[in-house]
Amino acid sequence: MTKNPSDELLRKILTESKVFACVGLSMNPVRPSYFVARYLSLKGFKVIPVNPGHAGKMLFGQEVRADLASIPADSTVDVLDVFRRSEHVLPIVTDALARLPGLKTIWMQIGVENAEAAALATEQGVQVIQNRCPKIEYQRLFGELRMGGFNTGIISSKL
Amino acid sequence: MSDGPSYGFDTLQIHAGARPDPATGARQTPIYQTTAYVFRDADHAAALFNLQEVGYIYSRLTNPTVAVLQERIATLEGGVGAVCCSSGHAAQIMALFPLMGPGLNIVASTRLYGGSVTQLSHTIKRFGWEARFVDFDDLDAVKAAIDDNTRAIFCESIANPGGYITDLDAIAGVADGAGLPLIVDNTSATPYLCRPIEHGATLVVHSTTKYLTGNGTVTGGCVVDSGNFDWSASDKFPSLSAPEPAYHGLKFHETFGNLAYTFHGIAIGLRDLGMTMNPQAAHYTLMGTETLSLRMERHVENAEKLAAWLEADPRVDFVTYAGLKSSPYYERVERICPKGAGALFTVAIKGGYDACVKLVNGLEIFSHVANLGDARSLVIHSASTTHRQLTTEQQEAAGAGPNMVRFSIGTEDADDLIADLDQALTKAMN
Ligand SMILES: Cc1ncc(COP(=O)(O)O)c(C=O)c1O
Repeated sequence: MTKNPSDELLRKILTESKVFACVGLSMNPVRPSYFVARYLSLKGFKVIPVNPGHAGKMLFGQEVRADLASIPADSTVDVLDVFRRSEHVLPIVTDALARLPGLKTIWMQIGVENAEAAALATEQGVQVIQNRCPKIEYQRLFGELRMGGFNTGIISSKL
Repeated sequence: MSDGPSYGFDTLQIHAGARPDPATGARQTPIYQTTAYVFRDADHAAALFNLQEVGYIYSRLTNPTVAVLQERIATLEGGVGAVCCSSGHAAQIMALFPLMGPGLNIVASTRLYGGSVTQLSHTIKRFGWEARFVDFDDLDAVKAAIDDNTRAIFCESIANPGGYITDLDAIAGVADGAGLPLIVDNTSATPYLCRPIEHGATLVVHSTTKYLTGNGTVTGGCVVDSGNFDWSASDKFPSLSAPEPAYHGLKFHETFGNLAYTFHGIAIGLRDLGMTMNPQAAHYTLMGTETLSLRMERHVENAEKLAAWLEADPRVDFVTYAGLKSSPYYERVERICPKGAGALFTVAIKGGYDACVKLVNGLEIFSHVANLGDARSLVIHSASTTHRQLTTEQQEAAGAGPNMVRFSIGTEDADDLIADLDQALTKAMN
């Protein structure tokens, strides 16, 4: 198990980031990756889909890219969101660290963990979140899950 | 769910789920007495209906006052989410609904609240569901009752009418070995005395009517999910693991991860069964939860005093209270509910059925009602009331034989309660 990120760190990432590149994003609307990416785009994030099988198509107002190298240089990716199995993560992270200047966070989805990739990213000053979902964390931290009766862990007397 | 500061029970029972009202700054949780909620625009409405966003649509599904209570109970139980409903019995149906189907069964403890025995042995048959009742102290019998069509194991932590504590760790081990969820009714213990999820329970159900509300004002129920069960590990739970036609083929478990069961409870359970808790009831129960630990401490302290006094009284045959050293379940208290064995027990009165009826009639402070978990002390002769529908055999298995009176000890002065019992026992012997 990886160490749990603090709520403060997650809040910072989710408020300061503007652009997510989603690797392994499905085009099928009932797949979890599609669900997450659509949610992020609804919340105002720019979501760049990365999926070689669908390169050139449009999703959430953005062109699907075949790989990280095809992301235009003027779109500075803040968060690399990885929807691939743990064993495929290392080359993706290596590639991202080389090609995405300005990358601040590597985010691996629920069930995705890779200690070697995480160490590599951390060494280069890139924040790593593993085994978490940005949609769920966003919903938890900014009040949506509270509306459904979920345990958000948030205790506060502030408005 | 996070690595932030962790808080104690007394803090959580007041603060979990709540925040000052964003519209007015009201510090106490308002009663949001509304049926429907305005959508920001058509896209927002669509996202809500497609489960892409969580929010308020209609109070059969979600309501801001009820949501505070749901999060509070989920937090106190150490679960990931909770769904409140209109009564404890509704909670039991809501808990089973996603797991069951015609021809499927559950394995349940014989030591349950009489109404639950009736619900599970008769009424659920109309859905084509079956309950198999087994002595949960006999683990081999529990195992033997499980077959390919079993979908859940069901028991109470501290069983109503009292005196029995289930070895939750052992039962969770059996459930786990069979790949089945364990559902624990934690009504009589409350999360202050027992946290079934820490002992391996998958789901916890409550009648919030009882101690959580604490003063006999409203009925309510709750289903808490631990978030720990892998619904996709077998093909036994298609409601959670297979595509859901009513939501364009979405799979709940795949989409919502360990929040799936709670999402399903709202999006299918409350939506289509409609056993919703109303915001007034949630308000009363929220008021109750704020003092839960304080009340439970006094309930337990009084119960211990009264049980010991009754056990020593010559007019009494025996007392079944797990907090007494004489109880065969005394050893389990330390492990399962270390803060006390609850405040429910049964007493066998010399003189049998008739003496029990006279005792109940002779009490002045204790109220003769079919309820438990009130600030007031309560008494009932189960065999002639709550357990009346059961056979004598079932009554005895449930600890509710004809010579037994059940007490739910309140938070009054223990000495006054003892004096009341003393005078009523004298009347009962004449
Ligand atoms: C242990 C237990 N479970 C469930 C219930 C049913 O709850 P309700 O009366 O809220 O439907 C009761 C009620 O007495 C109970 O004692």
